[in-house]
Amino acid sequence: MSALVDLVDYDEAVARFDPVIGIEVHVELGTATKMFDGAPAGFGEEPNTSVTPVSLGLPGALPVVNETAVEYAIRIGLALNCSIAESCRFARKNYFYPDVPKNFQTSQYDEPIAFDGFVDVELEDGTVFRVDIERAHMEEDAGKNTHVGGSTGRIHGAEYSLVDYNRAGIPLVEIVTRPITGAGERAPEVARAYVQTLRDLFRALEVSEARMERGNVRADVNVSLRPTPESPLGTRTETKNVNSFRSVERSVRYEISRQAAVLDADATVTQETRHWHEDTGTTTSGRIKSDAEDYRYFPEPDLAPIVPDRAWIEEIRAALPELPAARRRRLQGEWGYADAEMRDVVNAGAVELIEATVAAGASPAAARKWWMGELARTAKQQEVELADLPITPAQIGALQSLVDSGRINDKLARQVLEGVLAGEGEPEAVVVARGLEVVSDDGPLLDAIDAALAAQPDLAEKIRGGNQGPIGAIIGAVMKATRGQADAGRVRELVLERLNG
Amino acid sequence: MSSLSRDEVARVAGLARIDLTPAELDRLAGELDVIVESVARVSEIATPDVPATSHPLPLSNVFRTDVPVATVDRDAVLASAPAAQDGKFLVPQILGEDS
Repeated sequence: MSALVDLVDYDEAVARFDPVIGIEVHVELGTATKMFDGAPAGFGEEPNTSVTPVSLGLPGALPVVNETAVEYAIRIGLALNCSIAESCRFARKNYFYPDVPKNFQTSQYDEPIAFDGFVDVELEDGTVFRVDIERAHMEEDAGKNTHVGGSTGRIHGAEYSLVDYNRAGIPLVEIVTRPITGAGERAPEVARAYVQTLRDLFRALEVSEARMERGNVRADVNVSLRPTPESPLGTRTETKNVNSFRSVERSVRYEISRQAAVLDADATVTQETRHWHEDTGTTTSGRIKSDAEDYRYFPEPDLAPIVPDRAWIEEIRAALPELPAARRRRLQGEWGYADAEMRDVVNAGAVELIEATVAAGASPAAARKWWMGELARTAKQQEVELADLPITPAQIGALQSLVDSGRINDKLARQVLEGVLAGEGEPEAVVVARGLEVVSDDGPLLDAIDAALAAQPDLAEKIRGGNQGPIGAIIGAVMKATRGQADAGRVRELVLERLNG
Repeated sequence: MSSLSRDEVARVAGLARIDLTPAELDRLAGELDVIVESVARVSEIATPDVPATSHPLPLSNVFRTDVPVATVDRDAVLASAPAAQDGKFLVPQILGEDS
């Protein structure tokens, strides 16, 4: 890992080579049980408690297909504009690894459930890029290894490993793209946007919580370079388990720079799997594709083929929810946002938040103002996602209605927001506890006004003489005296009444 | 048509983690060859209008509803493991491969 790796500057690399990428995305389905047995498919259970003889691969245990998982796979296939197989079957992918208790993974090989589709991916500047889907197939997840001993907790230097089979058998759908060409220097961006698009799709389809940080969605990213778009495809590397959007983008960039240096040195790129290192932003060589990758697939004899009823497929198609791209277009129309505004909202991950805030009664403009303004700044400062801020759309709705009703002004609202974010409770409670209500009672306002006028008699005289210029200074003094809790409009009225009335 | 070489048998045995002696390799190469030839003969008989069959039973769509069942007791599970620690199976260090 410490060996120095030659890299070609990214811009130079893409100027001289045409990158081609291919992405395999695994998504864990949010079914109640596993793919082939009734063990609960939960998260965070005690180790080895969500297991049955099937999950453990005990002799004689027989798998049975989870119908809901098949339905979810069909949903994904349809949403990706795929054809759904007339008939398909499972296959055994044979390899030895402790997290695969049967010594094979039950997957699909020559007969995936869905194939030949596409998905339109929208880049941050609004450019739409079509990614062709080769296939989407069903399979099962592996268990989880923990490497013990050694200094880094990684596999090298580990003295032994501990295996938890709770995850073994959780339903997965693997989505494989065709080679993605024509992206040029935007290949890393396309890769990221593609994975993000799929994540949004999984959520919209309600087939998975699709939480990247929990590994619900995992990407393997293939990259190769060729001299020109007309050249045959170059040798590719596959970077495994890239598990955040940012990492997808970075890993593609890194591989492009690295492979360009290899090719510049007149060497050949080795076809291999590579590991992504989040901390250093680099990839390192994993195993070289060779004999060890001969999986000797054969049809799974213990599982009957799946012949999805065409009527069932049409039922699923008819019940598909509105997909994210269509939904974004609809919401933009409803909210009256300009293209650039909507794009910022989408890129900030604020669509759902604003939708819920509007549902809670705020105007689309007010909802956008809060989430893209004050809250976006706070999220950035705290380096968290907007959705992870300790405030809900309902609370923003409540806050805005306090503003709309005149009980607080914009300035006080920001203090209320601060209070809610600090865990002081609902906006209403913060207003009361911090005493932030706009002073609507004229009594205290008049006292403050009189004091301000008395303190600056020359200004008072000018205003009385018809020059309204200095009124701002008086209002400012009143606002200061009331710690910002006065309604500036009302103060203006009262000052004029006082002097001219 | 001798199609299966001794080397091929050794390779497949290696993939399946089966340790064969040279004598076993000699014997199995011959025996497996007979099997492969027999299957090839069947393929000659099958006409193009007979689809390849992976599942002999006329069954499809054998599904299970997505309802959890009882899991097995962890102590019982780990009791039959060669070694365990922290509720997990303990396996020897994994060499020469990656996660």
